[in-house]
Amino acid sequence: MSNSAPYTTIIGLEVHVQLMTRTKLFCGCSTKFGGAPNTQVCPTCLGLPGSLPVMNRQAFDLALRAALALECTIAPFTKWDRKNYFYPDLPKGYQISQFDLPFSSDGTLEVVDPKGAFEPRRVGIIRVHLEEDAGKSMHDEAAGTGDTRIDLNRAGTPLCEIVTQPDLRSPQEARAWLNELKLLLVYLGVSDCNMQEGSLRVDANVNLHIPQPDGRIAKTPIVEIKNMNSFRSVERALVYEAARQWEDWQATKAEMGKTPKQTRGWDDPAGITRAQRHKEESSDYRYFPEPDLVPVTVTAEQIASIRNGMGEPPVSLRKTLASKWTISPYDADVLVNQGRELVDYFEDLATRVGEGKVASNWMQQDVLRILNETNGTVAAFPIRPAGLADLIGRVMKGDFDTSRGREIFAEMVTSGRPVDEVVASMGISAVSDDDVIALCRELLAANPKIVADVKSGKEQAAAGLIGQAKKKNPNVNPGKVRATCIDLIRGMD
Amino acid sequence: MTTPPQPLTAKDVAKVALLARLALSESDLERMTGELSKIVGFVSMLGELETSDVAPLAHPLDTQNVFRDDVPAASLSTAEALQSAPRHDGECFLVPAVLGDSGAA
Repeated sequence: MSNSAPYTTIIGLEVHVQLMTRTKLFCGCSTKFGGAPNTQVCPTCLGLPGSLPVMNRQAFDLALRAALALECTIAPFTKWDRKNYFYPDLPKGYQISQFDLPFSSDGTLEVVDPKGAFEPRRVGIIRVHLEEDAGKSMHDEAAGTGDTRIDLNRAGTPLCEIVTQPDLRSPQEARAWLNELKLLLVYLGVSDCNMQEGSLRVDANVNLHIPQPDGRIAKTPIVEIKNMNSFRSVERALVYEAARQWEDWQATKAEMGKTPKQTRGWDDPAGITRAQRHKEESSDYRYFPEPDLVPVTVTAEQIASIRNGMGEPPVSLRKTLASKWTISPYDADVLVNQGRELVDYFEDLATRVGEGKVASNWMQQDVLRILNETNGTVAAFPIRPAGLADLIGRVMKGDFDTSRGREIFAEMVTSGRPVDEVVASMGISAVSDDDVIALCRELLAANPKIVADVKSGKEQAAAGLIGQAKKKNPNVNPGKVRATCIDLIRGMD
Repeated sequence: MTTPPQPLTAKDVAKVALLARLALSESDLERMTGELSKIVGFVSMLGELETSDVAPLAHPLDTQNVFRDDVPAASLSTAEALQSAPRHDGECFLVPAVLGDSGAA
């Protein structure tokens, strides 16, 4: 919302991410996405009598890693609880989750817009906890059978639940913050955060704070929005919902606490939120300690060891790249936001080229452009850092000018061949320093007027020689011709 | 020490029955209200003990940190998984139509 809005939008997010484990949280069934229905199930995740859950060590460690990256306090003692409700995709009749002793709490994640579209925003994390996912219900209305089909492959997949404080102040900020969270979790290898496959799901709580003439702040009832399938949907749903609540406030003056919390579903094609059933109150879930799992204790040594193996998070990597390679914070942001693989490619390239800024420019103007156009990944990019460094080195040396360099780059991408072969196939030959000097001598001899002008201090007159040079040898570097001619003229005295 | 709980009302029991998806007749409700009140009263005897120095017990076993490695194990076949279901279509469990979102997570 703009500053002129007569209210402040208050947003908190609840994010669920699937952890990148091979197996489920409490059994050895695969977590692989896309399997045929009910092929990754066993007595434990089907909730059959007599089965017992055993905690996946890797799931706990990944959740711990996420919580540490979010600067949470790690509880030395944690346990799991049963959250009871009936739904066909929840075969046990309860979800194993964490209630009063989550393994972590009180964290923070800041989001900064490099273009300054909003002020840097530190968002508090209330808690991060570890729980199991439910299965999938499919209702085929077209078939008209009136049945809902249940696939339990996903039941028991490890989920990290991340709950923020209501610290976000606009839909745009919420989207940017989600991007930052996703980037962080992908960098750390905690989750692939693929929203299409349901590895990351977001619910948003939103209401408005409206200053009153008497100085009091009126607060509209909190609405929880569900069914948002992309970060763009989250932003759109929040924009819509804030406007809807503002209209509703003007009509009803309904304030928070006087009506129960409402859940609304985002209808993406229609671009609106619709009221859903009232959520059961927290106490209705009848949480109680899970008797089938023993508690977990975490030592300072374990925390230190996870922290050491964690890798650098995006927020500090941006600063590292900017200072190590003398590039702007904006450039560092663009590179880091593309993911760890691209940063590794860039650092390899920059090391070989020896100039961070030059490497960064080629990454952004050339490599990223091609990746965006082809929807490709840096891992599959046909030019490897050594090959690109070779090309950039020759452009820097003056063998080719930048536009020639770009043509060679494009051909290297298409053909996958190294600089030398591409140069040969394009009929480009690098012009040696001796050739340039010989060419310049010839030009100076033929253009006494330009020589005289340059001698009298009008160096820009040398530009008149470049067109002629290009005609005589199209491979010649204009900048080099200009510099060589001026040097030669100065040397004439 | 905690104060003894209020006696359960028929309304309390009706709510618990709803959450447990139990359909209780009027006479069931009356009987259950009496019986549940006795059970709660019995458990509330614990409130007479001095527990301010006793740490909460998260689990009756004095064991912690039981983990398994993240190594795949064999799953059931789909036919095995579905065999006890009242209704299935060979691929999925079938249940009466569910509308609205999942209550999950």
